[in-house]
Amino acid sequence: MKMNAMSTIFRFIFLPFFLLTVGFAQAQLSFELSGAGANRIPVTIVDFPGDPAASRVITSTVRADLERSGLFKLIDHNNLAFDENAPINHADWKARGADALAAGSIARSADGRMEARFRLYDSQKGVSLGGAVYVTDSQQLRLAGHRIADYIYEKLTGEKGVFSTRIAYVVKTQGKFSLQIADADGQNPATALMSPEPIISPVWSPDGSRLAYVSFEKKKPVIYVHSLASGARHIVANQKGSNSAPAWSPDGRKLAVVLSKDGFSQIYSVNADGSGLQRLTQSSGIDTEPRYSADGGTIYFTSDRGGSPQVYQMAASGGDVRRVTFEGSYNVSARPSPDGKSLAFISRREGRFQLAVMDLASRQVQVVSDSNKDESPSFAPNSRMILIATEIGGRGVLSAVSSDGRIKQRLTVAAGDVREPAWGPYSQ
Amino acid sequence: MKKLLIPALLSALLVGCSTTPLPEDSAGAPVESRSGTSTGVAPVTAGGLDASGLPRELTDPKSKLSQRSIYFDLDKYEVKDEYKDLVASHAKYLSANKGFKVLLQGNTDERGSREYNLALGQKRAEAVKRSLTLLGVSEAQIESVSLGEEKPKDPGHDEAAWSQNRRADILYKAADGRGEF
Repeated sequence: MKMNAMSTIFRFIFLPFFLLTVGFAQAQLSFELSGAGANRIPVTIVDFPGDPAASRVITSTVRADLERSGLFKLIDHNNLAFDENAPINHADWKARGADALAAGSIARSADGRMEARFRLYDSQKGVSLGGAVYVTDSQQLRLAGHRIADYIYEKLTGEKGVFSTRIAYVVKTQGKFSLQIADADGQNPATALMSPEPIISPVWSPDGSRLAYVSFEKKKPVIYVHSLASGARHIVANQKGSNSAPAWSPDGRKLAVVLSKDGFSQIYSVNADGSGLQRLTQSSGIDTEPRYSADGGTIYFTSDRGGSPQVYQMAASGGDVRRVTFEGSYNVSARPSPDGKSLAFISRREGRFQLAVMDLASRQVQVVSDSNKDESPSFAPNSRMILIATEIGGRGVLSAVSSDGRIKQRLTVAAGDVREPAWGPYSQ
Repeated sequence: MKKLLIPALLSALLVGCSTTPLPEDSAGAPVESRSGTSTGVAPVTAGGLDASGLPRELTDPKSKLSQRSIYFDLDKYEVKDEYKDLVASHAKYLSANKGFKVLLQGNTDERGSREYNLALGQKRAEAVKRSLTLLGVSEAQIESVSLGEEKPKDPGHDEAAWSQNRRADILYKAADGRGEF
């Protein structure tokens, strides 16, 4: 009764979606898992009764998400379907090896929207761990699946899931560049910007609504901020010389940027509307690749002030500069983790450019990738995975590596070079 | 009943895909709206710039001024002696033709960080700028920028290609705005 009342209300208050087909050739990414966590949690996702096509989309999305994370082992559901209120023989599922089981149902409301209900059970204890109803446009069933996967991930691992987040990346195809946005599994790609000139360094605003990036469409690097939903964009920095390496402050009000207006590349801060430019570094060489720490108090950056490019840190308002990396002659592209515990960066070792992670408390550094042309690391918002651009067979691909190096996922795109990945924040 | 529905109503107004708790359970997070298109991402196409209309002496292959590239050694950012004449010719032209402006584009090979390479390319462009200003060209006529590793002249992945890509290019623009940038 309560459910029926709710669905009636949903029917009237949900705004209709504009289902425009994006008319650009899009490069679909596909994910491949190599290497997994040592102790994977065995879990079963049964089919959801109701609309069979919708059930397939949702349950296959949930299963693929959990499997790809490297933290779960899927126990065969034997093509069984039952809803969130059906009685469950937990002893039976326990005997099949499942620690947890999710069941659910799909219903279509009169306005064409879909309602996905599910409940997660602890098969060992035979108790419900909770459940939810996701009401979604039928075009966004996969999003509901990602939400369910996030719910299961959080209940079973204790940390937030990132399956419903999005990633941005640049694809180069036949001399053209496109900035694309896709779901975290590489599906559902959309083109935000097409350009005949390069696009680099995309970074998500903390609320996930905008991207800042560097575009060369004016024959030089210029920094833009681009609202994804409207496509509206404005120039944040187009000073004389080069404008590059934007980084959002955690409150989304400012950007750290790199300008060469006073000679070599130096770090400045600027308000997101382009006002209030302030110089933060004063070196006679290169200072670039700024990134704010999650608490906003520190900026990590790359500088050649010591003779070779190394990672440094300074106060977010400038000053109090300290060197962070010491091993090797090339350590660049530092990215502090959202949980503040580690720093990912690219380190050149014996001619290979590899992803390294520093534990900020102990200052221990571990190389976590086995590729050799790694670039542009980007943390997932839960700090567990790091997305990088690398090269395989002469082609740019994206790869995700867990911060302990154990889990590796590769995203390949059907055509073209993929580069400059940026993992978006938790969706709000 | 009515009271219970208020949070659901609010979140439903704010988001495109909503979540409500099953009875006796806590709520999951709301799903964000991706309205506008099915993905919530509106496509934009950036325009390029056209280049044309420069005097023949700048473009005629027989003219020294048509040579616009200065090459650099690995990890080096100084203009080599063999390019001093070339730079001097451009300095002379710019000093005599104050209406003309140049865009100096520094480039690097593909190895390493894109943003760090952008900073290295800037060093090469700055070196050419310094050579020109030392020969009397007004700073107001020059803009030095970097393309980093983004616009390789040779797309190869060996030293032969990389040596072509460690380069600074000189682009001209006439007083009437016509030109190469």
